[in-house]
Amino acid sequence: MKMFEQFFQSQVWRSMFRHGLPESDRTRAETIFYNFFLHVHPTKVRKRSVRFTYTWGLGGLSFGLFIVLTVTGALLMLYYRPSVPQAYTDMKDLQFVVSSGQFLRNMHRWAAHAMVAVVFFHMLRVFYTGSYRPPKEFNWLIGVILLVLTILLSYTGYLLPWDQLSFWGISVVTNMVRAIPFGLGEKISFLLLGGNIVGENALVRFYVLHCFIIPVVATVLMGIHFWRVRKDGGV
Amino acid sequence: MDKDFKVEESVDVKKVPKRIAFIKGRTAARVKKADDEMVMTFPNLVIIEIIAFEIMVIVLAIVSLLVDAPLEWIANPEHTPNPAKAPWYFLGLQELLHYFPPVVGGVILPALAVIALIVIPYFRINIKREGLWKEHRKQTFLVLIIVMAMVSFILLMFKVYAMLIPTLIVTACMLIPYFSKKEVGFVSWLDTRPLSWWIMTWFVIIVVILTAIGTMFRGPEWSWTWPWEGIY
Repeated sequence: MKMFEQFFQSQVWRSMFRHGLPESDRTRAETIFYNFFLHVHPTKVRKRSVRFTYTWGLGGLSFGLFIVLTVTGALLMLYYRPSVPQAYTDMKDLQFVVSSGQFLRNMHRWAAHAMVAVVFFHMLRVFYTGSYRPPKEFNWLIGVILLVLTILLSYTGYLLPWDQLSFWGISVVTNMVRAIPFGLGEKISFLLLGGNIVGENALVRFYVLHCFIIPVVATVLMGIHFWRVRKDGGV
Repeated sequence: MDKDFKVEESVDVKKVPKRIAFIKGRTAARVKKADDEMVMTFPNLVIIEIIAFEIMVIVLAIVSLLVDAPLEWIANPEHTPNPAKAPWYFLGLQELLHYFPPVVGGVILPALAVIALIVIPYFRINIKREGLWKEHRKQTFLVLIIVMAMVSFILLMFKVYAMLIPTLIVTACMLIPYFSKKEVGFVSWLDTRPLSWWIMTWFVIIVVILTAIGTMFRGPEWSWTWPWEGIY
């Protein structure tokens, strides 16, 4: 115990965490505002907004799922090549060769499905509690965009295993996109697929969208989303 | 007419000095109570966040141990599965395509849904959130009947019973407070529901029903199949 106390007093520890242990309200407040990750929170919150059934933690859980997906996704990238037929054989390798590969893929898959549902439920919660009212109108708009991005993230990931399920799932939706009038649908679908059919070009485009472009955009929007929640008096 | 302002006072003058809040039209969501009890974010909130995250990861891990992610044969453009289904969150849309022409089911309706979601907070009626029947009862009744008759007629024309039935049920629920004089319980609760609440609830019911049908009740050639006959 004494050893720990000495450690917490040491210059190394103090250089990382400038405040003392959270034993008084002062140091508890400092724990929040001297910490990069926690400083999005106010140091004090309303007691009723801490109650779990106030928000059902749905926004937080969406973010939690995003973290899980980022971690499992990064690990999956180590074993995945976005080309035909390697994409599919890499799936088989994950299943039979890579240690815990199947578990990793399961976790990524189920977390992705869960995220679509949880983000949707979060939207419903915000709607039914009227939390979109001024001054939060614009944050609601960002939230709607984030819902769309979540669906797009899940959708672009759906193609990557390159099995029958992926190929035809993506084909069905790109055929919907083609229905957009004035020739726009054809153009958008061509841009998305890098061709007229779902092929290797589509796989590379979906891979880049899935692993880089959409996550980066979503991360920036999430930052703004959380920041505005805080500025408008939320936790 | 309610007054436009409210004086807020606190019993603890040191903590919260006397202040006046001007609340125009009683619209802001922020000011509801004079002063709320505050607690330290650390540990009260942070601990809940950590526990919620941990439970979520544990549940995900257990599910991932028990249920494998699907993987079928390698993609084959020559061999179309019957039925070819989109991911589950698009199956509501795919179900719409079964009833409507592609431009309507695949483009116009989803675009309208997204636009409707975006504009919600920019309409004053959604900010005030007063019961549907609070003002202009006769006028509301007339508009509601006409709009719902038109929607129902279109749905009937395209034989979209999966949307028609919930639409009629929701309309009936909207009309209950108009005819009933009861001022307590379920009826009065319905009476206080604003228009936006009705539209959103209707939208969610339709989305859930269409997605469920597309996921569990559609088989080869998009024909109706019961879940026990196999989920495609």
